[in-house]
Amino acid sequence: MTVDELKRIKERARTFDKVEAGEVHVVVGMNTCGIASGARETMHAFQEGMKRLGIKGRVFQTGCIGMCFEEPLVDIIEAHKPRITYRHVDGAKAERILEEHLSEGKVVMEWAMAQFPNGGKPLEGLPLYSELPYNSKQKKIVLRKCGFIDPEDIEQYIATDGYFALAKALKEMTPEEVISEIIASGLRGRGGAGFPTGLKWKATREAKGSPKYVVCNGDEGDPGAFMDRSVLEGDPHAVLEGMLIAGYAIGAKEAYIYVRAEYPVAVKRLQKAIAQAKKYGLLGDGILGTDFSFDIKIKMGAGAFVCGEETALLASIEGKRGMPRPRPPFPAQSGLWGKPTNINNVETFANVPAILLNGASWYSSFGTENSKGTKVFCITGKVKNSGLIEVPMGITLREVIFDIGGGILQDRGFKAVQTGGPSGGVLPESLLDLPVDYQELSKAGSIMGSGGLVVMDEATCMADVARYFLTFTQSESCGKCTPCREGLQRMYQILDRICQGNGRPGDIEDLEELARSVKDASLCGLGQTAPNPVLTVLRYFREEVEAHIRERRCPAGVCVALIRYEIDPEKCKACGICRKKCPVGAVEGAPKVVHRILQDKCIKCGTCLEVCPPKFSAVRKV
Amino acid sequence: MDTVRLVIDGKEVTTAAGNTILMAARQAKIHIPTLCYHPRLPVSGACRVCVVEVEGRPALVASCAMPVAEGMVVHTKTERVLRARRLVVDLLLASGDHNCLLCQSNGSCELQDLAYELGIESFRFPVDSPGYPKDTSNAMIERDLNKCILCGRCVRACNEVQVNEVIDFGYRGGKAKIVTAWDLPYGESECVFCGECVSVCPTGALTERQAKFKARPWKLQKVRTTCAYCGVGCQLELNVAEGQVVKVTSDYRYGPPNFGSLCVKGRFGYDFIHHPERLKTPLVREKDSFREASWDEALELVAKKFSEIRSRYGADALAGLTSAKCTNEENYLFQKFFRAVLGTNNVDHCARL
Amino acid sequence: MTNSISEIERADVILVTGSNTTEMHPVIGSFVKRAVRQRGAKLIVVDPRRIPLVNYADLWLAPKPGTDIAWINGMIHVILEEGLEDKQYIQERTEGFEALKECVEAYTPERVEKITGIPSELLIEAARIYAKAPAASILYAMGITQHTKGTDNVKALANLAMCCGNVGIANAGVNPLRGQNNVQGACDMGGLPNVFSGYQPVGDPQVREKMAKAWGVSRLPEGPGLTLMEMIQGALDGKIKGMFIMGENPMISDPDLHHVEEALRRLDFLVVQDIFLTETGRLAHVVLPGASFAEKDGTFTNTERRVQRVRKAVDPPGQARQDWEIICDLSSRMGMAMSYESPEEIMEEIRAVTPSYGGITYSRIEKVGLQWPCPTLDHPGTPFLHKDRFTRGRGLFHPVEYRPEPEEPDEEFPLYLSTGRILYHYHGGSMTRRSVGLVERAPACEVEISPEDAEKLGIGDGNRVRIRSRRGQIEAVARVTDKAVEGTVFVPFHFAEAAANLLTHSHLDPISKIPGYKVCAVRVEPA
Repeated sequence: MTVDELKRIKERARTFDKVEAGEVHVVVGMNTCGIASGARETMHAFQEGMKRLGIKGRVFQTGCIGMCFEEPLVDIIEAHKPRITYRHVDGAKAERILEEHLSEGKVVMEWAMAQFPNGGKPLEGLPLYSELPYNSKQKKIVLRKCGFIDPEDIEQYIATDGYFALAKALKEMTPEEVISEIIASGLRGRGGAGFPTGLKWKATREAKGSPKYVVCNGDEGDPGAFMDRSVLEGDPHAVLEGMLIAGYAIGAKEAYIYVRAEYPVAVKRLQKAIAQAKKYGLLGDGILGTDFSFDIKIKMGAGAFVCGEETALLASIEGKRGMPRPRPPFPAQSGLWGKPTNINNVETFANVPAILLNGASWYSSFGTENSKGTKVFCITGKVKNSGLIEVPMGITLREVIFDIGGGILQDRGFKAVQTGGPSGGVLPESLLDLPVDYQELSKAGSIMGSGGLVVMDEATCMADVARYFLTFTQSESCGKCTPCREGLQRMYQILDRICQGNGRPGDIEDLEELARSVKDASLCGLGQTAPNPVLTVLRYFREEVEAHIRERRCPAGVCVALIRYEIDPEKCKACGICRKKCPVGAVEGAPKVVHRILQDKCIKCGTCLEVCPPKFSAVRKV
Repeated sequence: MDTVRLVIDGKEVTTAAGNTILMAARQAKIHIPTLCYHPRLPVSGACRVCVVEVEGRPALVASCAMPVAEGMVVHTKTERVLRARRLVVDLLLASGDHNCLLCQSNGSCELQDLAYELGIESFRFPVDSPGYPKDTSNAMIERDLNKCILCGRCVRACNEVQVNEVIDFGYRGGKAKIVTAWDLPYGESECVFCGECVSVCPTGALTERQAKFKARPWKLQKVRTTCAYCGVGCQLELNVAEGQVVKVTSDYRYGPPNFGSLCVKGRFGYDFIHHPERLKTPLVREKDSFREASWDEALELVAKKFSEIRSRYGADALAGLTSAKCTNEENYLFQKFFRAVLGTNNVDHCARL
Repeated sequence: MTNSISEIERADVILVTGSNTTEMHPVIGSFVKRAVRQRGAKLIVVDPRRIPLVNYADLWLAPKPGTDIAWINGMIHVILEEGLEDKQYIQERTEGFEALKECVEAYTPERVEKITGIPSELLIEAARIYAKAPAASILYAMGITQHTKGTDNVKALANLAMCCGNVGIANAGVNPLRGQNNVQGACDMGGLPNVFSGYQPVGDPQVREKMAKAWGVSRLPEGPGLTLMEMIQGALDGKIKGMFIMGENPMISDPDLHHVEEALRRLDFLVVQDIFLTETGRLAHVVLPGASFAEKDGTFTNTERRVQRVRKAVDPPGQARQDWEIICDLSSRMGMAMSYESPEEIMEEIRAVTPSYGGITYSRIEKVGLQWPCPTLDHPGTPFLHKDRFTRGRGLFHPVEYRPEPEEPDEEFPLYLSTGRILYHYHGGSMTRRSVGLVERAPACEVEISPEDAEKLGIGDGNRVRIRSRRGQIEAVARVTDKAVEGTVFVPFHFAEAAANLLTHSHLDPISKIPGYKVCAVRVEPA
């Protein structure tokens, strides 16, 4: 493969998304989110249906476009017509779309979500995709191809300028120039700590020792986070290309991608992508006619949260138990098998090709003073639009949650947002105008993390939230260092006691001291950040926690030990619904006899409250 | 060698580049307590007892793992440092069954010493012992994981020093414990009982089973000697109490050849010394059996018989086997006796067997 | 050992042959494993058994028992063929190379494969790895020496090492791992029929004169004495009438035990000095109670020639006495007063008459032992031998040819038997079989047999089996294990009730008189 051949492939494949007259392209979102929502069935329905109905054209798969809450998403592309995006397309809906839209040319407006003009005349009454509130404030660099190309077809990647950044690096730039470009772009590690990527590359290049390694950290362990998975599933070649460029820059010939075994789709697409890249001469010996050789291997992780920590990840690749070790020495000096190793996460690598193609100044034009470019987030929790988004750094949390996320589910009140995964801080409403920026988040007691955003509504108990995140971090502690292993357990015990209504004066102070010491004295990032939820809850929601201790009261009405359900004898009409629905038989009563809840039997599931007819509203939570 | 200058507790210290803060501090006679650190083992940085404050660093650092740097300013005894150390020990004390009164290692326990050094007078957290059953699956090593503080020394000793690769950390979080493959007891595992793990255990989690209830650590007298098994010549210590060898230990500081390591025979195969079948008196054959005899009688008989044979058949009718078990001095005397006294070169031993 | 134990850890390549290092010398085994795991050293194991070290090895070559000379010569053949020898070293430091070249000419990898069963490509790879290493260390033990051609085996290994310049440099060498705590010292001290201490020949009149003067006698015997096996034969023949056996148990450790027992019974007078009433002791006329290592002062010399202190920790039981005191007493009763105050005083005499121990005093070895040669008080000891010159000047290549074994398997006795030790026991077992922990680990004699052979013979793991040879039979428990390779069984010799040496033959190496313990033919059947 030469650069000229690469250009020829681009020419040839450029038209992959162009549709001939009389043909139709059906594009189905086939990331894990789509597949989990039934996209396989949908895709099958279109394939079968087109054959059956004699419709000319093809059915493609693509990655996640970000609107996981609308999956399965299907795009219909016809020549000289707008491209129509349908949401929630199951097999049955596919049938009607086949019949009405594909056969008769009638758009099924009730399921259509948006349109791309695509050279055709826009349809009236259907919003443009780019103008959807979900999209208008996003800026897609990493995700720019996700949802638009078939991740299993290298030619579509090449058609969209894929591997031209590599060609540019190999042919026109010295490794030092590549590194300078990355430094100038201001790109910082997207895995959480935010170390400047170019400086890391520089350190690895300058480190003594050979061979050197490139490692891609795809061990995405935060519950509810799927940024890396979406990139690996939707645009795996971008990650490979980023790694290739890193390899060239630091002087490495071998690389590993560490990816969770729980990501089977990502693993499969990576395997295909690596095989295709090898076949096209973009991996292997003498890449693009130069003397640069590079090989990438996949290493599957067994799902330990701590393996996202780089030294633990390296130990795991070496076949040892994934446990962190103290740094220095940093992997740049002594990493995999004691050799200089550059380790970045998936999103970081995926940024690299765009930076080289468009230049550092283009990239650094997005973002804030110290946080350049964009960041991918997974927005989840009590928010209307949950999914994958990419926003320029500096955007406010309010914009993310209310403009992109569409606000709180059931239009309840906002209570808090947690950034940065299970060890990120929980921020209150007063900080909604905080810009998303490494320093600003850190000042507020949270972290950028790898990009989790969990939105909580007013019905959330913050003591319970703190406890919840501790159950995760303390059980995922590798057990090596004392503060993290033992300290988190103790913190959990205290919080649990508080939530059980057994809190004692002094508990909050103990909790704070433990949290500070665990943060201060732990060996790795897991322990150093795990107390963040607790510390921020105590900083921003202290009164709520205090109420649990002093008044034995859970203001949000969540902690079961602190709430009671009662039936107001004045209002009860003895209809018997709650008695019948109670799963444990804790409602006493008979026809025409006012009902009563037996507190020692009640498990506080809240069913009685839910089923009590609104016109009576006899059950109340106390 | 490059040197680095740094300041520890206000004292200017010059040390070799590449040294850790802990090494530099020890050179300067500044005490930093440690627990998971062991000079014979690779650094782990796990227990966090040796944390210190380094100016310009946001978090405390483990001095055992942190290399020195030019101009570094280190504080080893600030309130922040002491608080963190105390917390670590408080947490460890509460994490298991640390009842010194009933512990074999009372008096030779580094956790006990640390608690004392840090001025800990009471249990700060409620004791939460995991309640593991004791591993008494074999006659040599007793494992009580309720006394284990997960410092990982045994793991490093097994994997990095002896390279037997039998134990490692298992499970995660509060359930973390040291395990063999499939979490079997030692006796059913691949363990070869070198006892390196026991030798580095700072608490009573790993102890020599035969030594139990024999003598308190402070009653033991350690006599350094050379192992009597294979030809490696390991340096070891016979731990003696009241005229009995009650256990065998070694010390990495003895240096070559074994740098403190031993094998199962050297460490646990000492009980033949006091075996009841030991010969205690000379024996003289009487027909098909033996009777006890005095040294005078026995040696006179030997002298008489050897003299008779020599005068009757010549010195070369006598032969002697000296011993690869005995000392150089004894072997030397034995061959001297045969050559100079009996007058024959018929001396050999089992060098070839 | 030509080199020191610590140096093993720094070798680039380690070739282990005829040594089940991790079980017989576990602490040295760890040096090997650390070299592999932590320093990336390459490990070549050549052993008919799948010993535990194979798990750490880059290459495992499994020769047919008794074919060592063939693979060693084959490796030299490949090295010369590919021009990988150290030409400068050979020219400057050795002689006799042409003869070696001629000898190994015939050992092509193909022919070696026929003799040994080692695939030729493995042999070639091993030769390359060994020859290309800056420093390659050879470790061997009784698996090399306990053969009827043990001496030749050692010579062949020395040829290989010299060919690649691996003798006389750090971290390399030809390193025998001695099996017993002071077998090195017993040899050094003249516990051999042909030499005084420090290997000074009894045949040298000047040496005899020096020793006679030092010992205050008028003359010393001239001709070399008998070796152990010759003594046994002498006793059978009636030439040896009286024996003094100190701390040895030939009734377990010698080959063909029926033969040994008969010999010892024929003696007019047998004295045995030991710490237990051993199988040999039971045949004695007088038994003298000696002291264990924990009950005496003195020195042992380890396998790397390091002289180290032994210190008294407890008193001997009952009337038992330190062995040196007994010898002194006996000597005095036979007309030559030996009145040493302490072992230290004996050491002073040793160093006065033994050049290689000349600089070794108790005060110098108080903390760390010294490695001989250490001729003077200011000499630091010698970590590795032959640094600038060999003892004889130039290193001499001794070409040796492969010869078949005296006893090969046949229809009646179809399996090779190899004997040796196991991790948990030691030699005749008089110490280890009285140790609670060790006995628990290995209570009884087990014969290691390959799954293939076990299946052919209808033997299951844990079954009792009978093992027969032309000389005798024993019963043991079958341990069906991958450690054994098809065609060879292994029996440890520690167990008197199942004494492996009832099976072995007493063919000796013609030079060293070492018995061929590692190869004989047996039959295994369910008991």
